[in-house]
Amino acid sequence: MAPDEGSSAARRTGKGLNYFSFGYEGFVALAGLALVWQIASFFIPHFLFPSVPEIAARLFAIFTSWNSVADALATSARILAGLTGAFVLGTVLAMPMARSSAFERYAYPLLNFNQGIPALSWVVIAIIWFRGIEFRIFFIMVMTTLPAFTFQVLDAYRAMSKDLFEMTLAFRPTRLDLFRTLVWPTVIPGILTAWKVNLGNAARVVVVAELVGATGGVGYELLQQQQIFDMAGAVAWTLVLVIFVLVVQGIITFVESHVLRYRAFAERAS
Amino acid sequence: MSAPPEILFERVSKVFPHPGGGMPLEAVRELSFAIARGELVAILGKTGCGKSTTFNLIAGLMRPSAGRILVQGHDPYADFASYRGKIGIIFQNDRLMPWRTAIENVALGLELNKTPRAARLEIAAAWLARLGLSGHEHAYPHALSGGMRQRVSIARAFAGKPGILLCDEPFSALDEHTGNALREEFRELLLQTGATSIFITHSIEEALALGERLMVFERPARIAYEVTLRADMSGTERATVRGRIRQVLASEISAK
Repeated sequence: MAPDEGSSAARRTGKGLNYFSFGYEGFVALAGLALVWQIASFFIPHFLFPSVPEIAARLFAIFTSWNSVADALATSARILAGLTGAFVLGTVLAMPMARSSAFERYAYPLLNFNQGIPALSWVVIAIIWFRGIEFRIFFIMVMTTLPAFTFQVLDAYRAMSKDLFEMTLAFRPTRLDLFRTLVWPTVIPGILTAWKVNLGNAARVVVVAELVGATGGVGYELLQQQQIFDMAGAVAWTLVLVIFVLVVQGIITFVESHVLRYRAFAERAS
Repeated sequence: MSAPPEILFERVSKVFPHPGGGMPLEAVRELSFAIARGELVAILGKTGCGKSTTFNLIAGLMRPSAGRILVQGHDPYADFASYRGKIGIIFQNDRLMPWRTAIENVALGLELNKTPRAARLEIAAAWLARLGLSGHEHAYPHALSGGMRQRVSIARAFAGKPGILLCDEPFSALDEHTGNALREEFRELLLQTGATSIFITHSIEEALALGERLMVFERPARIAYEVTLRADMSGTERATVRGRIRQVLASEISAK
């Protein structure tokens, strides 16, 4: 099969559709948005709708200044560190929850309770509780994305086929082998989905955390733009974060398409 | 002195508690039998008569509520890990891991038994070839037909050279033609490997075609009729056995 046939099949079915496979439709949509913005900039005051070339110039300036790049990298690192922490902790919580209903009965209400706490409350709590900026942000990121990771890993584990479990068990595997051959391949699709979903949430939360508690990063830079009423700078820094999220989403989708290549897809599924 | 049985059931019962707290379900009632090494036994019975529970008890996947089970002289539930590589199982559905290719599925038992990678892939490829699946080694299960998938699961069970083979209605999900073709190949393989085999089925013809000894279960699982099938049995004798099995199964239905 020619490569084009593969990608067009994926596009027809909707399976494997990712940020890199939208092709010209995605380009047209984004170009359309830029056009609408540019037209709006002709009629609306400059401080509210700066022109697209001006925003592009600010974006270019961010990527060509080491200090700005360092800010962008700091935010990226905070997102990834927070997500990794929440994922590890979520997995550690999800496994005993899956195996012990008694433990689950205690853990589930606590996680539900946590879900009701707004990100901003965690920011305030972190500032009061902790001294170090980086730990504060890490704590906020972990606390806000922990329930979603835990529930998604738990669901992925619960979705494990009883038939496959019995079949594997019949070969008398060690615990490690059971995890390696059955549990891990079963939960990996759920984990990848959890990362994709939580990445967007984390990007929103990290900005709030940096806005009030950091001396660098995209959130801090956004605060600077707000204080000098610089809309072009605010949009450019927002785009930096969007670009980061899209790149990481693309990487996860690429990993997903490789790891989950065994999945069948129906011709008429679209 | 005669050799100890390979599989021994002594007054084994299995009762499942009712999930809603109602009457418990008795799946197996004081079941006793002995199977010698290398014997090929077919267990026949209506749906829900406890055949699969018996199967899971032999496999060590369930603990009996009462009685004693010995497989190769040990308790299959208590000494679970000691049976690694000794029992091969073919289930009703293929139970292939969708993320593994055909060859990786066949090699699963060998992998868990710590057979080196090159050796296990060589053995798996040989078994796939033996079952007519050369050229499909690297296909994922979704790309194979139902018959091909079941062949892969048969290869997986045989690849580890188990001393005991448990088969739970392995051809019931296949169409008649595929099932018949696979059944004949399967019997050949069983005879060649010399493994002690228990074949669970609800088909009289399948039991007659595969078993050397037949046990017909009533509900809850107990032996209602047992017969040893000689290779030189005449057509009339087989017809008599067939008629007797039908009678036992019919009487069980009318008793319900």
